[in-house]
Amino acid sequence: MWIVEVLGFGQKGWGGLLVAGALMTLCVTIVALLIGAILGTLVAWAKLSGGGVARTLGNAYTTVFRGVPELLIIYLVYFGGSGAVSAIGRSLGYEGFLGLPSFAAGALAVGIISGAYQAEVYRGAYLAIPKGELEAAEAIGMHRSLLFRRIIAPQVIRFAIPGIGNVWQLSLKDSALVSVTGLADLMRTSQVAAGSTRQYLLFFIAGGCLYLILTSLSDRLFNRAERRANRSMPSSFGQA
Amino acid sequence: MDFVFILQTMKTLLAAVPMTLALFFLSIFFGGLLALLIVWMRVAKNPILSNFAKGYIFVFRGSPLLIQMFLVFYGLGQFGFIRYSFLWPFLREPFVCAVLSLALCTAGYTAEIFRSGLRAVPVKEIEAARSIGMSGFLLVRRIIGPIAFRHALPAYSTEIVMMVKSTALASLVTVWEVTGVAQRLISQTYRTMEVFLCAAAIYLILNFVILQAMALLEHRLSQHRRAAPRLS
Repeated sequence: MWIVEVLGFGQKGWGGLLVAGALMTLCVTIVALLIGAILGTLVAWAKLSGGGVARTLGNAYTTVFRGVPELLIIYLVYFGGSGAVSAIGRSLGYEGFLGLPSFAAGALAVGIISGAYQAEVYRGAYLAIPKGELEAAEAIGMHRSLLFRRIIAPQVIRFAIPGIGNVWQLSLKDSALVSVTGLADLMRTSQVAAGSTRQYLLFFIAGGCLYLILTSLSDRLFNRAERRANRSMPSSFGQA
Repeated sequence: MDFVFILQTMKTLLAAVPMTLALFFLSIFFGGLLALLIVWMRVAKNPILSNFAKGYIFVFRGSPLLIQMFLVFYGLGQFGFIRYSFLWPFLREPFVCAVLSLALCTAGYTAEIFRSGLRAVPVKEIEAARSIGMSGFLLVRRIIGPIAFRHALPAYSTEIVMMVKSTALASLVTVWEVTGVAQRLISQTYRTMEVFLCAAAIYLILNFVILQAMALLEHRLSQHRRAAPRLS
């Protein structure tokens, strides 16, 4: 019965904290995905239509942030960001160390990584739009903004959904690394609970199960979104 | 830019590269062996075996590697029969725990990659082999294995790059590989950017060399798919 007590929601139970940690993980990942969507769109744009310099920068971004360990990028953003904040504080007359909030640092770091993957997803989705449709839209005199809104954006979103689903799963698992900055996410909470009760096995398995719930539920959500986005398309090979 | 500092940092980080490489090669090797076993179970007719493999793949692909690593590192000691067995002197070592959890994790991903390679083997080739009397291990060794491996190679090289990056997590169970040493340097000197650039350069060069080697392997294995060289 002690398992129920330790994992429960009562006075001695860690259940409430674990669920709160899972919600925190979800929040970090959602914010990171949004940051990554903005960065990814910009980088994909630079790689597709930019001049030589923009394309080189875009390539460098995707190469570096997909090729370097996630943990290292989190250290870069956390320590580098805190250094920058301290420097700003010094210029305003505050002496001493100012830390970047761990939520902001974590979401930014995971967002930067997810942006590198999302850029490739959006680029692939754009290239999957049939050239004839773009030419047809230009032929009837659509402006660039209208072309983007009516022809490009809806199709890019439709083609990108499976890729975004993969990036979401990656970001969800990367967000566990944010626990090194002390953010009370699911990973960190399980670690604290395991350490203070000495029930390592129990709490890491409980944390792992909550992660499995998050990944399998979101997988189902993305499958549904994919079906919905493709509902007006003739069924084709490889559809979910 | 302080070149003396960068040179010093580079020297310190390069000293940790053998540890990263050891983690990488050992976990790829054992993970690959385990993946073969799991993919064999996954495609087996026996529902117990295939459901076990499905569960394994779901669990190890669906949860973060860090929690798996902590489970191995902190959790194994809780079992009395492991603590008092002859294996404990090995399983106590952080390095062994890191390799074990990296291998267990990559086996889940690699099994799915190998399975997609298996599905790319044309049924006609298997039928042809059977019709000339090949069966069992010979069929796997001569026909299914090579075709499936070549099809799985592009996805497998992505997984291998992921593994290079995953070795960084070993620093969180006190194995001093490149990222761990870089973190120690950052918190000692607070020169984040310089240390990051050095460590990033090391990882990018490692990944580049590995991807180049995989591309070479793919090129070698797909000779039959290229047009025959023209005579004359």
